[in-house]
Amino acid sequence: MDYIIQTIISALSVGSFYALGALGIGLLFSVLRLINFAHGDFITVGAFALIVPSAAVSATVAIGGLHPVLLIVCIVAIVVTLALISYFIVFQRLQTSSPATMMIVSFALGYTLQNAIVMIYGGRPKAVNLFPELTGQVQLSDGVSVQLLQLVIIAVTWILLIALVLFLKRTKVGVQMRAAAEDFRMARMLGVNGKNVIALAFILSGGLAGIMSLLFVTQTGVLTFRMGVPIMLFFFIATVIGGMGSLVGAVVGGYSVGIVSVVLSAILPEELRGFRDACVFILVIVVLLARPQGIVLTKAAKERV
Amino acid sequence: MIEANTPLLRLIRYFWPLVVLSVGLLIIVAIVDASGDIILAQTLIEGLVRIVIVAALYLFIGNSGIISFGHIGFVLVGAYATAWQTCCPYTREMFMPGLPFYLLNNSHHFIIAIFLGGLLAAVVALIAGFAIMRMSGIAASIGTFAFMMVLYSAYLRWSTWTSGASSVIGLPTTTTPWVGYIYAVVTLTGAFLYSRSKFGLALRSSRDDEVAAKAAGVNVFRQRLLAFVVSAFFCGMAGGLFGHFLGMLTVDSFYLGMTFITLSMLVVGGMQSLSGAVVGVTVLSVVIDVLRRLETGIAGVSIPTSSAEVGVGLILLLILIFRRTGITGNQEIYWPFKADVNAAAAMKRQS
Repeated sequence: MDYIIQTIISALSVGSFYALGALGIGLLFSVLRLINFAHGDFITVGAFALIVPSAAVSATVAIGGLHPVLLIVCIVAIVVTLALISYFIVFQRLQTSSPATMMIVSFALGYTLQNAIVMIYGGRPKAVNLFPELTGQVQLSDGVSVQLLQLVIIAVTWILLIALVLFLKRTKVGVQMRAAAEDFRMARMLGVNGKNVIALAFILSGGLAGIMSLLFVTQTGVLTFRMGVPIMLFFFIATVIGGMGSLVGAVVGGYSVGIVSVVLSAILPEELRGFRDACVFILVIVVLLARPQGIVLTKAAKERV
Repeated sequence: MIEANTPLLRLIRYFWPLVVLSVGLLIIVAIVDASGDIILAQTLIEGLVRIVIVAALYLFIGNSGIISFGHIGFVLVGAYATAWQTCCPYTREMFMPGLPFYLLNNSHHFIIAIFLGGLLAAVVALIAGFAIMRMSGIAASIGTFAFMMVLYSAYLRWSTWTSGASSVIGLPTTTTPWVGYIYAVVTLTGAFLYSRSKFGLALRSSRDDEVAAKAAGVNVFRQRLLAFVVSAFFCGMAGGLFGHFLGMLTVDSFYLGMTFITLSMLVVGGMQSLSGAVVGVTVLSVVIDVLRRLETGIAGVSIPTSSAEVGVGLILLLILIFRRTGITGNQEIYWPFKADVNAAAAMKRQS
């Protein structure tokens, strides 16, 4: 029983993390049809912004040494700026091209960012000790102890989700964004400024990436220039499984992928456990074939995917 | 002025892009071979193997219009299938203890092994294609990408056959520049003949207008599947060549990095032309080589590590932003001599 509770909490925390990431991708896909492969690298940039550029293995912190509130604000601001720059310099000029071309573009952007990090910081992994007080265990009841960070991830996710929902439902720009996600051309004809809406999507997506970079570094304690790639792949499949272009779908997809992978590694026999990722990826192809619109259906889904 | 009146000249004109590309590569290979520069020869072989991959990518992407992110998975399959047959006869059991008895105790000739490697990749593509080629547009792209991730993570864990995360060492290094050249020309010929065949024409019609192609009786699924399988075959052979060039294999080298480089080469050259594939590989290979040399420091100039990768990324971004049809503008190299206007227009239409 204790083991089951621990597994559930760990599944929820992994799922929350994937849901946040999938949301970052889903936001951009809904208004721009862009599958942003550079999203993982935005997270990497946020993580590397914590430290001073050097090739040393034990990193010297700069922003990472600030007061927590200031630290979070700085990192989020840096990643949001990066996201906006990449919109104005790169993606804005390619708005009319096909989703697959945009996918290559974001691939190129991510690859460039990764290697720019190597140019500046060197290619060796670096150890960073961020928020060490969060990595301790907490005792929930007799025999059930979980990492505090897991609970923090779940809490942060739900705070951000609620904030995002309120923003999208209650503010004028939020409503405009939902309208643009539903039907971009129609929304523009009705007076929504398309450029602003897309820029806003980049800001939100970048902000999520900034916060995720902090959560991720706290959890792993290591910085590598490719740290964003493997998690990005899971965000991506979460978006596909949940339904591209639907924000609810992104959250549902994130939780599904997180829960499925934690449960698979808990129940698969030892010799098959290594094939967990392969199983999750096959799931993508199955979903694309059986239900191409994803778990959650959007009105415009048919032409989207 | 040469007018293409005799049958031989007509033949040459028909195959003109192929002739130019093959002769161009021949000259490059001959010069490098004569110079005796070993490092240059390494770059050349790598470039030739990439031409095989990128030409195979052109065969599928250029004709079908579906951008595949998954072909490196077939390179992976071909590479390991070849290694099962040729690698390290004395230590094969140590690296890959799970191989069946026949493979553990028999080695095939390099040419046969590469052919069988390509064949296995084609079979895998046939099975995967039955599912993936039913999709269109971005869904198909995502499907190929997911399939590559499946292959990668399966090979990474399938350690009794692939040595898993560690490398397989001791493949005979039989891929010389001339071997690479022959395979490159074979692949270019295959891709050229395919795109001039009725199958290529049917597939391109579906690329330009899927609904109209279907209405005209093209079985889009079957045409896509055919191109997918043929291009996977060439990719599989490229994998075998790659293994026999490096003398070792790791699963990691057949993943996002290689996908990105080969796809960049195709896009930079021009996605819808065979000449574009070759031009893209040549240009980016030269850029990478020059920047790599600068990274190690030549003539007192030294630039930071990874400049080559950043350079490739930036070139690709610039091409995508400012010239989406690539360096060749999606055109083939056409007959430069006096030719009747109709033929020139026909050539243009065909590319």
